[in-house]
Amino acid sequence: MNYLKNMNKTTRSNMVTYLMVIVAFVIVQGMIATGSISSSLKGQLVPICAYVVMAISLNLTVGILGELSLGHAGFMSAGAFSGVVAAQCFSQNIDNPVIVLILAMIVGGIVAAIVGVLVGVPVLRLSGDYLAIVTLAFGEIIKGIVMNLYVGLDAAGLHFCMIKNTLEMDGGKMLINGPMGLIGVPRIATFVMGFVLVMVCLFVIFNLVNSKSGRAIMALRDNKIAAQSVGINVTSYKLMAFVISAAMAGMAGVLFATNFSTVVASKFDINTSILVLVFVVLGGLGSMRGSIIAATVLTVLPEMLREFSEYRMLVYAIVLIVMMIATNNATVKNALDGFARKFSFKKKSEKGENANG
Amino acid sequence: MAKMVPIPSTGLLTERDLGKAPILEATHLGIEFGGLKAVDDFNITVGRTEIAGLIGPNGAGKTTVFNLLTKVYQPTHGTILLDGKDTHGMNAIQVNKAGIARTFQNIRLFNSLTVEENVKLGLHNHTNYSTLEGILRMPKYWQEEKRAHERALELLSIFDMQDLADHKAGSLPYGAQRRLEIVRALATEPKLLLLDEPAAGMNPSETAELMENIRKIRDTFQIAILLIEHDMQLVMNICEGIAVLNYGKIIAKGTPEEIQANPQVIEAYLGKKKED
Ligand SMILES: Nc1ncnc2c1ncn2[C@@H]1O[C@H](COP(=O)(O)OP(=O)(O)O)[C@@H](O)[C@H]1O
Ligand SMILES: [Mg+2]
Repeated sequence: MNYLKNMNKTTRSNMVTYLMVIVAFVIVQGMIATGSISSSLKGQLVPICAYVVMAISLNLTVGILGELSLGHAGFMSAGAFSGVVAAQCFSQNIDNPVIVLILAMIVGGIVAAIVGVLVGVPVLRLSGDYLAIVTLAFGEIIKGIVMNLYVGLDAAGLHFCMIKNTLEMDGGKMLINGPMGLIGVPRIATFVMGFVLVMVCLFVIFNLVNSKSGRAIMALRDNKIAAQSVGINVTSYKLMAFVISAAMAGMAGVLFATNFSTVVASKFDINTSILVLVFVVLGGLGSMRGSIIAATVLTVLPEMLREFSEYRMLVYAIVLIVMMIATNNATVKNALDGFARKFSFKKKSEKGENANG
Repeated sequence: MAKMVPIPSTGLLTERDLGKAPILEATHLGIEFGGLKAVDDFNITVGRTEIAGLIGPNGAGKTTVFNLLTKVYQPTHGTILLDGKDTHGMNAIQVNKAGIARTFQNIRLFNSLTVEENVKLGLHNHTNYSTLEGILRMPKYWQEEKRAHERALELLSIFDMQDLADHKAGSLPYGAQRRLEIVRALATEPKLLLLDEPAAGMNPSETAELMENIRKIRDTFQIAILLIEHDMQLVMNICEGIAVLNYGKIIAKGTPEEIQANPQVIEAYLGKKKED
């Protein structure tokens, strides 16, 4: 109990978020076991996890670092395409789909991180609107590249070419077929793996934010000149946040892509970037819990609203407005915080709350 | 040039610092903003444990001098020797690591972070664990965070602010924000502390307390302090050496007594004060 007492407000809030994700996972698993889940919702479980990871990773860039990025789907794309190619290669030698998926996610994450470095080094010198414009362009460039990419796999290994399919292959199969995108994707993504990815990303983000590096990232969001005046290297911390965020988007891309047998590059376009940004803004900048809720609700909602047919968009808009008010209104926020506090650890002396260890 | 009051060649070194090399030696420092010479041929020497003052009317270029010393702006002329080392080519971050810390006239705190986090950011380069050790919560993380926490509270206790540790910096009253900036700067373990109008917006009793604390900081940490201040009582009381700036140029240097008796200073600065 002493440990709980010494936990500060942030740690407790993080625990509530972990708990929320775990409870949701257990409930859904229960529904699956008892067969009480609708097939349409069941089909959305993996995409929900992918969007949740997209939202919390973008929140790292937008909410914690304070830079507006409009190209987050570009990293998802880079991860998805490289990860699936990797998965195809690995699955020739490895039978266990879980291991293949983990390895593919690692590859997708690394590729997205490398792309993040390439984009971040020049771009992070800019700020505000410029950064938004360049990241937007980057997302479209990635889409353009992938749409013109042909990758095949045969006994001799991987074959690449661009623009026109000139691959000379000895049997084997096409992995990426230009505008048709990824074809014959092994559908190895599972809800359990999605849950694990969400938890891992949450763990990394929370622990990063509550360390000296996270403090430095938030410090340069709050006041760059002051951060420099205490000897904090602005550029490297900006890049760190941006690249971690990109790597997570890449992993989300792998998870997302391996849930379908075909994936086209235009799935990861500006609309997806904006959609994820909407999750982040609605959930509250810097609030991971908010991002998770917003991503889940807004992914499930359009499906659930099908029965409203023509009123669908109206109801969707109303939900957006209500969420915006709920997450950005101080009174509502305080009430929710107070509720969460009471709910989590009932007896807490005032002293313990302020002592912080 | 001819009109300038002769500058003592020893600068402002106090007796106890005379035997040691000065911590700061700036010579012929200058910067222009689109033709305007905001600071011109600025020379100053600050002793190792000296409290020195930089005064002058509004717009004289005092804050600009701080911005030059801390490399917020790169000087177009002159050299800055910190502890005998030329800071030429260093950026703001490197200058802080080399030993200059500062506060800002228009307060620059990390407003959305807590008081303690603000101080811990000052301790950033003295908190030794890597990002990976932080994410994986290795023993080093816990050790160093505990040390930073204790050190932060210790530093906050200089101004009796430990109880505010969990408050958001942006929610503090004005005076407390100024004090927090000083604590954050001190946390970086500077050899030279630059304070830009530390008493601005404080009431007389807060100012008196601040004065005591500035002395206490110098005595405890054995560092040099260069401060810009309009409160003449504070300046004359705690500064051992004073330089007066007007239109970007130094017009006088000396002890508080010498400055108070200097006719040019009275004309440029104190004279103006009398009018209003
Ligand atoms: N970045 C800048 N660009 C243009 N002019 C500047 C800049 N910074 C300062 N100045 C000018 O330099 C002069 C000195 O300003 P400052 O150093 O802030 O004065 P003080 O701190 O003594 O009141 C002022 O005329 C101001 O307008
Ligand atoms: Mg000023």
